[in-house]
Amino acid sequence: MTEPVLRLDALRKNFGGLVVTDHVTFDVAPGELHAIIGPNGAGKTTLINQISGLLAPDAGRVVFAGRDITALPMHTRAQLGLARSFQITSILPAFSALENVALAVQARTGSSFRFFGRAAREEALNEPAMAALAAVGLADRGDVAAGQLSHGEKRALELAIALAMEPRLLLLDEPMAGTGHEEAERLVAVLRRLKGRFPMVLVEHDMTAVFALADRISVLIYGRIIASGAPDAVRSDPQVIAAYLGDEME
Amino acid sequence: MLYGPAPASPAETAGSVPARAVAPVVIFLAFALVPLAAAVAAETYLLSLFTRVMIFAIAALALDLVVGYGALVSFGHAAFVGLGAYAVGILAAHGINEVLVSLPVALAVAAAFAFVTGIVCLRTKGVYFIMITLAFGQMAYFTASSLAPYGGDDGLTIRLRNTLLGLDVLRNERAFYYVAFTCLLGAYLLCRALVASRFGRVFRGARENPTRMEAIGFEVYRYQLAGYVISGALGGLSGFLLANATEFVSPAYMSWQRSGELIIMVIFGGLGTLYGAIIGTAAFLLVEEWLSGLTEHWKVIFGPLLVLVVVFARGGLIGVAERLTRRLRRD
Amino acid sequence: MSTALLLVQTLNGLQLGVLLFLIAAGLTLVFGVMDFINLAHGVQYMLGAYLAVTFYAMTDSFFLALTLALAAALVVGLVLEFVVFRHLYDRDHLDHVIATFGIIIFLNQGVKLVWGAAPLSLPIPDALAGSVVLMPGLLYPVWRLVIIGSGLVVALLLYCLVSYTRVGMLVRAGATNAPMVSALGVDIRRLFMIVFGFGAMLAAFAGVMIAPILSVEPGMGDTILILAFVVIVIGGIGSIRGAFVAALLIGLVDTLGRSFAVDILRLVMAPSPARTVGPAIASMLIYLLMAVVLYVRPTGLFPAKGR
Repeated sequence: MTEPVLRLDALRKNFGGLVVTDHVTFDVAPGELHAIIGPNGAGKTTLINQISGLLAPDAGRVVFAGRDITALPMHTRAQLGLARSFQITSILPAFSALENVALAVQARTGSSFRFFGRAAREEALNEPAMAALAAVGLADRGDVAAGQLSHGEKRALELAIALAMEPRLLLLDEPMAGTGHEEAERLVAVLRRLKGRFPMVLVEHDMTAVFALADRISVLIYGRIIASGAPDAVRSDPQVIAAYLGDEME
Repeated sequence: MLYGPAPASPAETAGSVPARAVAPVVIFLAFALVPLAAAVAAETYLLSLFTRVMIFAIAALALDLVVGYGALVSFGHAAFVGLGAYAVGILAAHGINEVLVSLPVALAVAAAFAFVTGIVCLRTKGVYFIMITLAFGQMAYFTASSLAPYGGDDGLTIRLRNTLLGLDVLRNERAFYYVAFTCLLGAYLLCRALVASRFGRVFRGARENPTRMEAIGFEVYRYQLAGYVISGALGGLSGFLLANATEFVSPAYMSWQRSGELIIMVIFGGLGTLYGAIIGTAAFLLVEEWLSGLTEHWKVIFGPLLVLVVVFARGGLIGVAERLTRRLRRD
Repeated sequence: MSTALLLVQTLNGLQLGVLLFLIAAGLTLVFGVMDFINLAHGVQYMLGAYLAVTFYAMTDSFFLALTLALAAALVVGLVLEFVVFRHLYDRDHLDHVIATFGIIIFLNQGVKLVWGAAPLSLPIPDALAGSVVLMPGLLYPVWRLVIIGSGLVVALLLYCLVSYTRVGMLVRAGATNAPMVSALGVDIRRLFMIVFGFGAMLAAFAGVMIAPILSVEPGMGDTILILAFVVIVIGGIGSIRGAFVAALLIGLVDTLGRSFAVDILRLVMAPSPARTVGPAIASMLIYLLMAVVLYVRPTGLFPAKGR
């Protein structure tokens, strides 16, 4: 069996008396799109935060490409190829969409302790940035201030920033949150094109998207994974239907 | 919005008046012509007044770098100015008057202080950062006050201005004016380049959204520290010039009131624009000069004036000017 | 270093600590509940002293002067809140700093206009003047003990108010999460006014109590203001308990430090450098303390928002 790109070993996190991550063991195989679903408050974003480094677990390990990254800060994990998008849009509103993405390119190419030269004009940074924007369908919106984009465009921008990092693993936290039907469809198409290029962890509420894209689905209820497997198996698992899908799939 | 417009963003410069490119040119032209005006009007005090303005403008530029572009509100920036000044004073007290020694020492001391204090300060955020920079400023102040061999509380007089390789280049008021002018111009161009560079972009990004910057792989702390050190060094440059201009150094150069005044100068003009810091300094010192000529109790007017500016003139003088021009262009 | 000196300086340290608490309490509440940095708090302390001097001249009674000064200070505080501060609550901390800095400049000059620049004094009430014997050969001024005592009483009162009354509970809630309190339907404006007015009175009280010992002059609020900010930062913003602990800590550290720094340094270095370095270190001691505390706990010892 090939080494998983990401492995969580008995991850635990409590907030005071509340158990938010309950002995979560989870892995992502190379090239697969592994979706995590579950009701609000299940602890999905907290789990993503622990994987990306925004939050430290109380116990357990996070192993990325064979390396224990549990103690590493977020920026080091990003440098190792762990990219994430945020559930609540987190971009640089005063910068243009292109600059937002170019900064992600800048982070992995060469030194940023260069004090001279106009960064905004560097083709070496702008070209890959444009490519990432094109991949998500924002090629003609590069010059717009990121804060002025529509909600759906901002969600796409989050994805573009993650792509520009040339990640070894993509963590997507509800990329379709708050988007309308058309924009959600567009994002699904983008993700389908990206499938296979790199492994992804997709946290989503949009069941159509999840079942259209996922190779494997894990179901998180009250911080604990109650089922994990191929989409059809999960869809028909009685426990899952009772706890979550019952309401969603009606 | 508290901060001035972001520089060099293609979205914003498209179609907008190149006022932001013209303004600095006008400012520096005006400064360059002051000695001429002073000679014509036969008012020698104008020269020393504007020299003072330029010296403090350098410190204000340094502060705008970290406050306007980095959102690091330093309430102890006067310490860098004071340290630069004391470097000159202490060396002079030991007979060393050479620019090529005093200047690098002034810059190095200020930068070192920024580095050491920055390491501690940058672990905090928000008001805690403000307080801890204040604390370090106070420490510098009290240290200077207790340096009995160098004047202590009363300060230290410098007998002669620095010389360059034995040449008395700084003695002449007009020559000194142009030296200060060159330093200001150099500092401005340096900051301009810095802000548009790769480093500057990370620095500015960290101001907007530090979490996002960390998520794409930047260790924000290192960049903020570097920016803080550069800012400190520029403050040291200001102090070097100040000591030479006044031929005197005193702990008062580092008081928290002075740090507060520096913040006001930057805000007065408009945060995050660089030339706003220069305008703000000029406005502050010139108004202060004018009002103090009117009445002994000028501060009674100055105080409320500050309050009004803060409450009503968002974005400082530049903000006001931009809103006016926008309204005029509409009509 | 005799026991007598140690005792006297400890009491002096407690007195300074209590004074700092009175000022810091108002400051930390205003900051905690309204997220407002009020640099002008120091001038409220100063105004308390000046108003007491005037009212004493009019009434010849210390206690009447105290009461009237508190009332007047409350009015001034509320006026300031209404005219200036109210417009700044949603602004950046930077705007608060500048605006209140402007008020400091204005009022420091204003008192010079009204009362003149020469330092003024306020006499201690006859019954409480004089000294009391603490130990054989050790006299300590009664008035300083009164300051310590009244400060502790006020601290206790404040504690009871904040912990056991409805308003106190709202204040504590506001310090933890003001928007939520407002969303729950509480008139947050009135709460702000109460917090602000009370804080102003506390500061003024401190000013009146210390006036007989120090001289009343323009700018007397500036140094104590910085100390008060150090207190609330170390104690944790929004926390009365934190302000109390930190205030006493700082009062003691600063006073004992200044008295014994040279002596302590003499244990490790020659007398002459000790005498130069000593006072310098003594004046920096509390800032060093703040730096250390913030390094270990970047949000203070007992932050209300419990980060």
